[in-house]
Amino acid sequence: MNAATQEKTIALPRNRLYSVIAVAAFILLAFIADRFFDAFTLRVFNLCAIYIVLALSLNLLNGFTGLFSLGHAGFMAVGAYVSALLTMSPQLKDMNYFLVPIVPWLHHVTIPFLPALIIAGLVSALVGFLIGAPVLRLRDDYLAIATLGFGEIIRVLITNAQPITNGAQGLKGLPRFSTTFAVWTVAGLVILFMALLMRSSYGRAMKAVRDDELAAEAMGINVFRVKVTSFTVSSFLAGVGGALLGHMITTIDPKMFTFMLTFNILLIVVLGGTGSISGSVISAVVVTILMEALRFLDEPMNLIIFKTQGMPGLRMVVFSILLMVMIIYRQRGLMGNKEFSWDMLRDLFVKKGRKGGDHA
Amino acid sequence: MPEQTSSLMLNTSHLTMRFGGLTAVNDFNLEIRKNEIVGLIGPNGAGKTTAFNVITGMYRPSEGKVLFGGRDITGMKPHGITALGIARTFQNIRLFKEMSVLENVLVACHMSIDTGLFGATLHLPGYRSRESEARRFSMELLEQVGLAHLAYEKGTSLPYGQQRRLEIVRALATKPKILLLDEPAAGMNPQESIELMDFIRKIRDEFDLTIFLIEHHMQVVMGVCERMYVLDYGVTIAHGDPASIQKNPKVIEAYLGVD
Repeated sequence: MNAATQEKTIALPRNRLYSVIAVAAFILLAFIADRFFDAFTLRVFNLCAIYIVLALSLNLLNGFTGLFSLGHAGFMAVGAYVSALLTMSPQLKDMNYFLVPIVPWLHHVTIPFLPALIIAGLVSALVGFLIGAPVLRLRDDYLAIATLGFGEIIRVLITNAQPITNGAQGLKGLPRFSTTFAVWTVAGLVILFMALLMRSSYGRAMKAVRDDELAAEAMGINVFRVKVTSFTVSSFLAGVGGALLGHMITTIDPKMFTFMLTFNILLIVVLGGTGSISGSVISAVVVTILMEALRFLDEPMNLIIFKTQGMPGLRMVVFSILLMVMIIYRQRGLMGNKEFSWDMLRDLFVKKGRKGGDHA
Repeated sequence: MPEQTSSLMLNTSHLTMRFGGLTAVNDFNLEIRKNEIVGLIGPNGAGKTTAFNVITGMYRPSEGKVLFGGRDITGMKPHGITALGIARTFQNIRLFKEMSVLENVLVACHMSIDTGLFGATLHLPGYRSRESEARRFSMELLEQVGLAHLAYEKGTSLPYGQQRRLEIVRALATKPKILLLDEPAAGMNPQESIELMDFIRKIRDEFDLTIFLIEHHMQVVMGVCERMYVLDYGVTIAHGDPASIQKNPKVIEAYLGVD
């Protein structure tokens, strides 16, 4: 036991060094990507960052606080619209609102990206708080149904509030603010925030609520407050993620924020492991890249023996299979509820090496 | 008798809990004084746990009042009641299953650490000192009950008896004045039960506690309790010291049935 603790004290600074190197290598990669990648690849690269933010936001609820929420797309929509309306120039708004003119008080508002992004998050958080306070009295599947309903309500409201949101036509020509620097900085900050939160007493309280609500309440934790806090923070992050997404695609409309979007993020969270920050990060990157890499499946294919006419949606079948395989063989997801560590990586290789040795 | 009322720790008056047509607890009048160890016994389904749940705020009573140190706490939320100084354990052990032994105890310190979401997340100095104080306090508690060497094990991986002990430690970490134990000896063999009762007496003395415990094996609590209440179908059929309870014909009837 002594030797083990000794090894740990030696391993600690070494692991820290590895982490610093890894972060530095990633920053270098981001610079290279920004400089030399073609537009499409760079877009996928940056989309990874946005999906990291969104996955962590949903994982905070589903994985860490044990609240099964399906209304995430709604909060993303709020964030995307708020940020778009705050940053678009009056001329751009005139071009968009040709059926019904925009309300005068929004017409001349144009503020820089950073405050707009923060306000987008705050407005989402406010909406999350207002919805969360009544809805979080429900549990399990009832909560899931109620949040699903509210997500759709937000979307329908946006569709019908034409003088404010331009209704079903959506908004076009959003300023291209989601640069490589912007999205990855936000992703980095969100990862850091989540890691610190989960190490704090508040994070422990959230996990306690997830593990056993009754016991948590009996230990003096205000369960309802913890739930509402978690829901509000999650909505904030979803709003920020939605805003980043809007400024990347530069076109938003209510149809973008249907349940399918929530499902994609849920897929990332479940595959990565509910209750694991690093799991969500890895899974967000893998799924985002696969979503684009598997696009060839949707197109007509010539498989020598037979030709397909192109089946839109075939790539989603791959994800369904992936999800099923995961559920059968690894119910807790890629990382379970553990976090990535250098020791874990080393153990993985050492174990494999040993196994190989046994065979030989 | 003014002295006695001042040391009255927990009492209930005409406490009644109905679920639809079923009266689980009927006109329950409890009086517990400081540093007493009081038992609540009765056959299965007698309403013992319901009484606990009403006292700790899990249920709102249909009638009657719960007073803690003379203060009316009827209808307060469970976490508020815990904050006042009533801690409890559960009949079926309810540890936080994904957490280590130490974390389980630290959760119970959340009340004293909580400096708000941002203070905690940003690890501001105020939060940091409270967190390290809580860690020191939790380790000290674990040491006192002989669980310190298991601090980083998963709570639910411990043997049954130690899980029960951990649940008690976790309750102690909320710094209670009175501790409510729901069948702490459930599933234990006679030897373990005796050890547990010694343990309960020990923590009462060390932490200056008052203890109220549920048990349905009468023999187990006879040795440790100074007074006890006997419930049967929600009705208090007897109360008094262990010797008189043991001889009480009503109690014998409730436990053994009549021929």
